[in-house]
Amino acid sequence: MTEHERRVKAEQRERFDFAVIAGWIPPGERVLDLGCGDGRLLRYLSETRDVSGYGVEIDGDSVLGCIRNGVDVIQMDIECGLSGFEDKSFDHVIISQALQTMLATEGTLNEMLRVADEAVVSFPNFAYRSNRAAIAAGRMPVSEDLPYDWFDTPNVRFFTIADFEDLCARLGIQIRERLAFDEAGREVSDDPNLNGSLAFYRLGRAT
Amino acid sequence: MSSENSVGVVAAQRVRFASPLLLKSGAELPGFELVFETYGTLNAAQSNAVLVCHALSGSHHIAGHYADDPENVGWWDNLVGPGKPLDTRKFFVVGVNNLGGCYGSTGPLSVNPATGRRYGADFPMVTVEDWVAAQARLADHLGIATWAAVVGGSLGGMQALAWSIQLPQRIRHALVIASAPKLSAQNIAFNEVARQAIVSDPDFHAGHYAENGVIPTRGLRLARMVGHITYLSDSQMGEKFGRQLRHGAHNFSYDVDFEIESYLRYQGDKFARFFDANTYLMMTKALDYFDPAYEYDGNLAAALARAQASFFVASFSTDWRFAPARSREIVFALLHNRLRVAYAEIECDAGHDSFLLDDPHYHSLLRAYLENISV
Repeated sequence: MTEHERRVKAEQRERFDFAVIAGWIPPGERVLDLGCGDGRLLRYLSETRDVSGYGVEIDGDSVLGCIRNGVDVIQMDIECGLSGFEDKSFDHVIISQALQTMLATEGTLNEMLRVADEAVVSFPNFAYRSNRAAIAAGRMPVSEDLPYDWFDTPNVRFFTIADFEDLCARLGIQIRERLAFDEAGREVSDDPNLNGSLAFYRLGRAT
Repeated sequence: MSSENSVGVVAAQRVRFASPLLLKSGAELPGFELVFETYGTLNAAQSNAVLVCHALSGSHHIAGHYADDPENVGWWDNLVGPGKPLDTRKFFVVGVNNLGGCYGSTGPLSVNPATGRRYGADFPMVTVEDWVAAQARLADHLGIATWAAVVGGSLGGMQALAWSIQLPQRIRHALVIASAPKLSAQNIAFNEVARQAIVSDPDFHAGHYAENGVIPTRGLRLARMVGHITYLSDSQMGEKFGRQLRHGAHNFSYDVDFEIESYLRYQGDKFARFFDANTYLMMTKALDYFDPAYEYDGNLAAALARAQASFFVASFSTDWRFAPARSREIVFALLHNRLRVAYAEIECDAGHDSFLLDDPHYHSLLRAYLENISV
């Protein structure tokens, strides 16, 4: 694959992720995106869903990217929580493929459901078929959704769909909807922990 | 001389406002003058005007240099100019010496029309809000109904914040840099030390030193020295001076031993030569009194409920005078009011004074934000 093809593919993949998330965001909502990078998801959501959104990001260059993209961003470390953000001040809070890069997994999930009515979480499923095959062959997996070598990955938590759902149960978090997709972007319903490469959740508190 | 992409030779202008200005303290100024400079061209729609507010010791001279004084380069020349982050090809930039200043605007050095003598200590106390009111008169004079942006660092950032509350329809963007929504007890404490240094100078004469033909330079010098410590970071001071000795050995005297002592004395002497003591006292009080939340039971979000502007807020990691947490207070109050805000916490070694430097990341952020302002 050439660099160009790789980039085109990554962009297609990204658009696909964005479309899945946008499908859960009603128009005109107030949205918070944690680990928002250069703000392209928020830009997409503001263009397609007319949301008013803020991003939270720790990386300085990404913050610069947000400002270039005209995206409102707050530079802070979400590992330290979301203090300052008021309870239920957002309709949706999103963490798109960033939860696995954070150490404060439980704290982040709890904080998300403090500041918003509903959370949208996406993450790569470590138990996906090809990842299992890599481990079985004695290697850390490198795949579409886990595209890093073990020595330069930004990911610090490696977990599966089954693990995540256990944690939600333990934290009293209600899973309102789950979608899982294979590497080709096809939705999978049969044994998602084996057949799903990327998982999306709508989470809330039982009312 | 000015740097590359300089606005070049500039000249200060002066405007007189004849109608009285009622100040926040209740006192009234019968009329006043402001000196200002402008760079770039006001467009036909008058939609490209940017006000740059100065901090404690700044002036209207933001960019460029004077024909007869080429070494006198504006204090924010690295920001303002053609092709610079605050691009004078796009924006019409205005710098003004605030009321009570000592660079030519009406202040303690001016003659009181009621007495025919210099105001000195009789100059009424002015506040950040009074500055905004005076700046609004300048905007009227220049035909600017709405600023595209009001920009300031430190005390200048407080003016940008005050504009957004006081005249919300007249400001589209506020850039609040290395600032705070109010001073902390520690901040006020440092100001009080500076003031006591000045008022306890035997040459102060209760503020009427000019009539006595003297200047309280010793007090001013001390005030600047203590202020200067708060503008720098511990790490930067350590890096720049460490425990370096002036004469290579411990002299066991009270003369300069360490380089930092020499540096502070130099800064103090330089400042005391040109800055007015009464202005310094007043500026520090303006800082102390600034607290838009004061009239809202300390609730900054309530104070900002009137604001409509979009905000750029930035702080610097090593700024302990107005630490990042102080900027975050502003950010979350804006968020409460559902106002647009971009907040950057910039890694920079230079403490509070970072806002005056041209750190590449800092300037990239400013450039990006300013480029997105429509005119």
